[in-house]
Amino acid sequence: MSTRPAWEERPSLPGRLTKGLTLSVIALIVLFPIYIVMLTSLSPAATVNEAGGLVVVPDGFSLAAYRELFSGGVVTRSVLVSLGVTAVGTAVSLVCTVLAAYGLSRPGSVFHRPLLFMILLTFLFTPGMIPSYLLVKSLGLIDSYWSLILPGAISAFNLVVMRAFFMNIPEEVPDSARIDGASEFRILTRIVLPMSKGVTAVVGLFYAVGYWNAFFNAILYINDNAKWPLQLVMRQYVQQGQALTLNGASDTASAGALPPNLAIQMAIVVLALIPVLFIYPFVQKHFTKGVIIGAVKG
Amino acid sequence: MSENRVDSVPAGDLTSPAGSGTAAPPAPLTTSAPPGPAARRTGGGARTGGRDRTGGGARPHPLRDRLRRDWQLLLMALPAIGLLAVFHYVPMLGNVIAFQDYSPHVGIAESPWIGFANFQWLLTDQSFWDATLNTLTITAFQLVFYFPIPILLAVLLDSVLNPRVRLFVQSIVYMPHFFSWVLVVTLFQQILGGAGLISQLLRANGYDGIDVMTNPDTFLLLVTAESVWKDAGWGTIIFLAALAAINQNLYEAAAVDGAGRWRRIWHITLPGLRPVIILLLILRLGDALNVGFEQFFLQRDAVGREAAEVLDTFIFWRTLVTGEWSYGAAAGLVKGVVGLLLILVANKVAHRFGEQGIYKKS
Repeated sequence: MSTRPAWEERPSLPGRLTKGLTLSVIALIVLFPIYIVMLTSLSPAATVNEAGGLVVVPDGFSLAAYRELFSGGVVTRSVLVSLGVTAVGTAVSLVCTVLAAYGLSRPGSVFHRPLLFMILLTFLFTPGMIPSYLLVKSLGLIDSYWSLILPGAISAFNLVVMRAFFMNIPEEVPDSARIDGASEFRILTRIVLPMSKGVTAVVGLFYAVGYWNAFFNAILYINDNAKWPLQLVMRQYVQQGQALTLNGASDTASAGALPPNLAIQMAIVVLALIPVLFIYPFVQKHFTKGVIIGAVKG
Repeated sequence: MSENRVDSVPAGDLTSPAGSGTAAPPAPLTTSAPPGPAARRTGGGARTGGRDRTGGGARPHPLRDRLRRDWQLLLMALPAIGLLAVFHYVPMLGNVIAFQDYSPHVGIAESPWIGFANFQWLLTDQSFWDATLNTLTITAFQLVFYFPIPILLAVLLDSVLNPRVRLFVQSIVYMPHFFSWVLVVTLFQQILGGAGLISQLLRANGYDGIDVMTNPDTFLLLVTAESVWKDAGWGTIIFLAALAAINQNLYEAAAVDGAGRWRRIWHITLPGLRPVIILLLILRLGDALNVGFEQFFLQRDAVGREAAEVLDTFIFWRTLVTGEWSYGAAAGLVKGVVGLLLILVANKVAHRFGEQGIYKKS
């Protein structure tokens, strides 16, 4: 499989070993934490106790931690919140971004310069945390799931990436459809988008990961911890090691306060990891194919 | 009818928007259409009677005609533009409360104007300067200990001849970029924290445990290690692209002339990366006041304010905890304006170096 050019010297054995070792160590540094977290979450309580902490060597298998999490308490709810916000948010962001990227991709169309300028300007100056908070508050969105979606729904970067891609589709393609009287929307959905599956998948992944990982928006805008997304639950229960209860005294008994427990904590970490680990391989191939590179090039 | 014909265009050929033209110089972000495609794509003009706007001179269409032609495109741009206008530009106007003694009970319209008083307080506030100093220290430290790592990693990856091995390692090192900061900090805590794996091993062998997560002295190292773990792999993408654009004949010529592996890296690879390195370096300097918010917010309690307070966390704690809205807005405005100036200066420097910068020299 190797593609060594003819002029290049044959790699020496020590050189190859060093390189292989370095790459293995790098891969291990990335994978090892994920491995022990998964292993601990799947280990029976006895194994975790015996290890005195994280489990490195597998011994026994138990889904007890996950059963606990999905028994309908705070965590179950936060997973549903995160999934919902991610699904709705990604849909909103992707639709708006694709539409705008296409709408602004025709050279010479009316007003596209000022509108594009307005979008690019958001790169240079962010509005600041306090005014944003006051705006969301005055719109009555505090404790609304929309506060986790709307303020960051449009990423100027993603929009510019998509627009650059659309502009590289040969003009003749949409033009021939225009001559036949197709509407712009029809051209976008029937012709341009099917040609842009890779970039759409990547931008969709960026948005979805952004929503799934969003943490700070919820800190700012969500006071009611029954509406907390998973990242906040992970922060309180796993990182800070505090017990999980719901606000409101009457609620605590029924929701079942969750005392800190290593296997359960690690199971929460795995829950936060899983969607990323599952979607990533499907989109990952596009990174190496140059979608991002093209984006970086503007 | 025509759609069938059009659909038969192989989509695969277009997966890379830049085509295979990796030799093309990186186009900067411009406020208008990039000159290349715009000049090439005069189809719109040709279709409406051969009048080409890019030719300059008088406007070919009255506004009404162009609106009639392009209203669908405008309508499509509307949702995104609307969202940006409401959630980006309105709060930008909301920054006026920095010049007020704002109270949420009376609102912006009724709050008294107090000129630059907030800024005067800010500039005499020791904790503001502490946060600024921390921010700049972290930026400087990461310039030395984070910035070169993606470059080295990219050179290493690029030297892997077996494409399958290379792809495999690439997909592994890109992955942590997609983990949240809560997750990354949690993972580090599980390994390096007081109850973490390292302490666990030390105690099992009769030593004292260590707790890196609460030690302000090693905090710089810790946050840099976290950043490297999360983003250094992802950071190689742009360098790998630059490496792929280096003319392979240079390597062959050098090898024929007797240059060894290391000399080729030194004399061909690194000079080939120079434009990208300078560009990213300047961009990082222009972004010196942003070190990332969540990472520091998450660890501020454990490590303490002295080491972990950066400008963003300062603004958050000063405002949302104490209710001093105007003061926080003033701090945010100072940070935003200084940040903007830094970007503009950095871009000027980029032009001075003969690089393109983030926007075009006009």
